[in-house]
Amino acid sequence: MAIDLDRCTGCEACVAACHAENNIPFSTPEEADKGRAIHWIRVDRYYEGEFPDIKLKFQPVLCQHCEEAPCEPVCPVHATYQNPEGLNVQVYNRCVGTFYCANNCPYSVRSFNWFAPKWPEPMQMMHNPDVSIREGGVMEKCSFCIQRVKRAKQDATEDNRPLADGDVQPACVQSCPAEAMVFGDLNDPESRVAKLAASGRSTQLMEELGTKPKVFYLRRND
Amino acid sequence: MEARAPETLSYGQIREDLFRPLSPFNARWIFTCLAAFVFVVLGLVAWGFQLHDGMGITGLKRPIFWGFYVIDFVFWIGISHAGTLISAILRLTDAQWRKPITRAAEAITVFALMIGGLFPIIHLGRAWLFYWLIPMPNDRLLWPNFRSPLVWDLTAILTYVTGSVIYLYLPLIPDVAQLARVNQTWRKKIYRLLSLGWTGSDTEWHALERAMKLMACVILAVAISVHTIVAWDFAMAISPMWHSTIFGPYFVVGAIFSGIAALMVVMSVIRRVMHLERYLTWRHFNNLALLLLLMSLLWLYFTASEHLTVWYGNEPGEMGVFGARVRGPYAPYFWAMVILNFVVPFILLGIRKLRTFTTATIASVCVLIGMWLERYLIVVATLGNPRLSSAHAVYAPTWIELAITAATFAAMVLLYMIFAKMFPIIAVWEFKPHPREDD
Repeated sequence: MAIDLDRCTGCEACVAACHAENNIPFSTPEEADKGRAIHWIRVDRYYEGEFPDIKLKFQPVLCQHCEEAPCEPVCPVHATYQNPEGLNVQVYNRCVGTFYCANNCPYSVRSFNWFAPKWPEPMQMMHNPDVSIREGGVMEKCSFCIQRVKRAKQDATEDNRPLADGDVQPACVQSCPAEAMVFGDLNDPESRVAKLAASGRSTQLMEELGTKPKVFYLRRND
Repeated sequence: MEARAPETLSYGQIREDLFRPLSPFNARWIFTCLAAFVFVVLGLVAWGFQLHDGMGITGLKRPIFWGFYVIDFVFWIGISHAGTLISAILRLTDAQWRKPITRAAEAITVFALMIGGLFPIIHLGRAWLFYWLIPMPNDRLLWPNFRSPLVWDLTAILTYVTGSVIYLYLPLIPDVAQLARVNQTWRKKIYRLLSLGWTGSDTEWHALERAMKLMACVILAVAISVHTIVAWDFAMAISPMWHSTIFGPYFVVGAIFSGIAALMVVMSVIRRVMHLERYLTWRHFNNLALLLLLMSLLWLYFTASEHLTVWYGNEPGEMGVFGARVRGPYAPYFWAMVILNFVVPFILLGIRKLRTFTTATIASVCVLIGMWLERYLIVVATLGNPRLSSAHAVYAPTWIELAITAATFAAMVLLYMIFAKMFPIIAVWEFKPHPREDD
């Protein structure tokens, strides 16, 4: 995935879309204040300068799907691992909730189900049938909308054609009004995302840690 | 300060002194046990709430996913180093003064491990599935992930519990056999069963002696590796001020430090309550106090090395945690820790005139609090100050964590009191072997 920081307006449409797509329970301001809110993607805000001459910078942060993910080796029950497609996946049914993965994630993108999930009426009728509901006591995080990846592959197989660049759009990418996010196959050098990742503006979040993130941030031009 | 060394007392006198506390259940004993039991029940109720409602009723929050439970875990595993390590070292070096303190110390180890070993289960999001960490064939046909320090941890602690129970039990056999002979109450059967048919023959003594020597060697290695692995739970993570090569030895030193302190507190309590002034003498307190002083200096050395290198290195991620510790929100705890772990023991135990039974006990209590604070700083300050500044948070426990923590201290008191009522807390045969059955 590539995220153009120059285009991001901080509208948080990606956050809302992610909640709807992935059956992420809602929170209240009080609960969120206690650190109970669950988000698979968040928009970090950084302030530059002194008031009133202030510049606000946004950075959407989601699971970076690290190639060398610090969360993976520390899980005692193999609940998180690197799947053959290079996604860092979370197997909810294996998770016993040791919290170690979340402690070892330098990006703090992992969320815990502090309680069994609840939705206000009638939102429990709106669940996405392709995404499992998580039990209380397990860790969860961004899956790059793996259900959409699977669906796109299936559709392509049925139509007897190879998967084309842009066939898969995670909910956040699809909903971004500024088109700041691009998703695709990094192994295909001709894909849009691979070209952006190779461009001069491309950076990775805390790449000095050697986690080899698969999310590339395109630097602002100012 | 002592009239006679306990070795010079007659066998009958020693047996009378040490078996006497076992006999009647007096009101004070029952009352204290009940009080401790109430706290244990309160802790269990709190845990019940946590299991029923979810981890959300604790004070944990993103990104501070480890709080009181992991702190208590490290604390109790540290306390467990009281017994085994001290008694094994003293046994191997054949230090004669060890005799009255070994069993008291070994019992601390076993109970502290039983309590500390519960915390990895209590802190789980789905505690009822804890057995998924055990390397055994299961219905999911999955092995645990052997790369995870938590699996090493589980293995190490199970080994340590097993080893220290054996290590406590072996020297208990001759005394239990003797109790089976003299005791005429309902306990006789229990003692008989536990004595494994010990008759006191020379062959048995030799076998026991060899077994104890062997276990002392084994348990020494296990104890050091256990606390090293506990340290690696942190050091293997890449979080700032956790990812440190000296964490292994640092934790081992801290564990022995708090272990000695716990032993001294327990000793001064049983000395008074059970009237063992003749056996637990100034010599034992003085020696242990000097050992505590030495460990205090070692602890200071490690703490200074750890913080000085971080400060000089000036790496932003690490400095975030460093700053939070020494001048940020955790500064009061940090400086309290330095005072409790170094200044107080150094003054009270370093100056000979000030070193008495009372001050040694005070210094020990200070060290226990200080070492708990040390673990608090390590766990919470790092997690609350991750590299990404947008994720910073502050942690405060709720009554759930406080109740469960209080319950573990009560459980320690309860287990220890029951043990001291069932078995002589000082090994009788170490002073004078029991007469043979045919004598």
